[in-house]
Amino acid sequence: MVNESVIEIQDMTKVYQMGDIKVHALRGVSLEIQKGEYVAIMGASGSGKSTLMNMIGLLDRPTSGTYKIRGVESSKLSKSQLADLRNQEIGFVFQRFNLLPRISAQRQVELPLFYAGVASRKSREMARAALERVGLGDRTHHRPDELSGGQQQRVAIARALVNQPSLLLADEPTGALDSQTSVEVMTLFEELHAQGLTVVMVTHDPLVAGRAKRVVTLSDGKIVSDKANGHNINISAWEAAYENH
Amino acid sequence: MKIIRYLRVALESITAHKLRAILTMLGIIIGVAAVLVTMGIGRGAAANITERIESQGTNLLTINPGASSSGGIQGDSGSAGTLTLKDAHDLMNKDLHPAVSLVAPEYAANAQLVYGDTNVRESVTGVTSDYAAVRNLTVASGEFLTDEQVANQSQVVVLGSVLAADLFEDENPVGLSLRINGQPFQVVGVLDEAGGFGRSTPDEKAFVPIGIAQGRLFNAPRYRGEYTVSTLNVSAAGAEQVAEAEKQVEMTLRLNHNLTADQDNDFSVFNQASLLETASDIAATLTIFLGAIGAVSLVVGGIGIMNIMLVSVTERTREIGLRKAIGAHDNDILMQFLIEALVLCFLGGLIGVGLAYGLAAIFAQIPAFTFTVLIQPDALMLALGFSLISGLVFGIYPALRATRLDPIEALRSE
Repeated sequence: MVNESVIEIQDMTKVYQMGDIKVHALRGVSLEIQKGEYVAIMGASGSGKSTLMNMIGLLDRPTSGTYKIRGVESSKLSKSQLADLRNQEIGFVFQRFNLLPRISAQRQVELPLFYAGVASRKSREMARAALERVGLGDRTHHRPDELSGGQQQRVAIARALVNQPSLLLADEPTGALDSQTSVEVMTLFEELHAQGLTVVMVTHDPLVAGRAKRVVTLSDGKIVSDKANGHNINISAWEAAYENH
Repeated sequence: MKIIRYLRVALESITAHKLRAILTMLGIIIGVAAVLVTMGIGRGAAANITERIESQGTNLLTINPGASSSGGIQGDSGSAGTLTLKDAHDLMNKDLHPAVSLVAPEYAANAQLVYGDTNVRESVTGVTSDYAAVRNLTVASGEFLTDEQVANQSQVVVLGSVLAADLFEDENPVGLSLRINGQPFQVVGVLDEAGGFGRSTPDEKAFVPIGIAQGRLFNAPRYRGEYTVSTLNVSAAGAEQVAEAEKQVEMTLRLNHNLTADQDNDFSVFNQASLLETASDIAATLTIFLGAIGAVSLVVGGIGIMNIMLVSVTERTREIGLRKAIGAHDNDILMQFLIEALVLCFLGGLIGVGLAYGLAAIFAQIPAFTFTVLIQPDALMLALGFSLISGLVFGIYPALRATRLDPIEALRSE
């Protein structure tokens, strides 16, 4: 199997200026994620995992260091080029779904295609296919308030998938779901991973992280552990990081 | 076309928030309706006034005795009593007055009119046969006074439509006799309704040969041996000759009255065309004034749009963050909010036009409203154009605010 990097991060730092105080959110992070990996990024709040996710999602620019997504160096790109990259390469899944109110599932999923400039007929077909892929082929005309939490998150996942991104980036995807539906969503992620999709998930829940194939743990803006998951979950490293805080 | 897809997104967002959309549009709806109705009232009133003035003949000059308004101390109009039948005769000279077509003197006073048990006090006006032509009067039944009747001073009378109805009710008065100040007169004609304003309306007057009015009925005062007249009606040969006719009339009358160059006119010339012009000017000013009031409400409506759009941007921060995260460019967000504002304003404008027509229809049902609310294409364009412009002007700031949102902050917001 030839390795192909989706994400290559080198010595990334991020400093926020908050009034007179400088906050070091990332203090030199290097991370490489290959195509087809299933990675969980863990850490307590304030560990920098959200900042790292924003960097991976091209929503923010690092203070120093480099970030290549599928070999494209992102630090020199314009705002508009970044928007295009987000649209083409990254599928976002959020904790609170972030669906638009009172609009059908079909139209929700078509949204990234609208910004990609896909013609409307093709866009309809692609959206329907994405909804079928997440098991909502029979719910295309339902609006968010007519769907359960799990179904809403699956609509959001279909929206993330519809542009065939190289990376599915999930921020606490089960944070707003009960344990039953969390399991459903995790199972869906595993299926997508099995189909070859690269999945990166930010979570603070060790049970959720434990289902990923690789767990990266952050503390104080640094990676403190980066382990392949066997059958046993390496909770101790996470707990150590948590207690440190 | 990307613009059509933006429109679809805007419509989607509007239908997803119907109440907010209606509240946003309300200001524009009321503003557009206000502009159209106020301008419509101004124009309707103007058209009505113009029509009434034109009904009395636009070529008409009326000359009344009395000092004119230029300088010096002004006497009571008519008190001088210097206009006579001789003046009328002299003005009929075509060679000296090529711009004058007809001259009709009149002598008017109030008299008692009696028919059976009915008795009214109205203006009885002594006239010549040309009076009908000069004053644009037409007869409904019978005929107007003839030259012969005027020359013979026959005891005949022509009645205005309202006066005829007052005296004779349902009877046809033509051929019947009535008494004016005790003397018998035979009715020879009844006029069509003429309209006009207040005391000048011929509808409530009775017309008799001028000689009878000056002599037997009222015994008019004399000036240099001639019977005086109360008014000289002169019609110009054409609308564009009114000013010329006025000059020629003035010259002859000054000569007749032996006025030296430093003396003011002892008569005043009243020009129907200049009255019309004045009335049109007043009406145009009124229309602009009313339209401006309407425009103010349109601006207020536009500010209302800005308010609600700003609230809507704040309310939809997460939506904007999401759109940016999944690949919306700044331009996309700008266009989305701008087009939404434009669509709201345009829809509001259309509804406002409908409301204006509805109000105009309601006004038409109110009897006290003697004129129609005139909604004309240029006013429609103005109102709709203005509503679009206010959408653009007041939509741009909220749209820019939306564009400038940081997607990370936006996604984090509650």
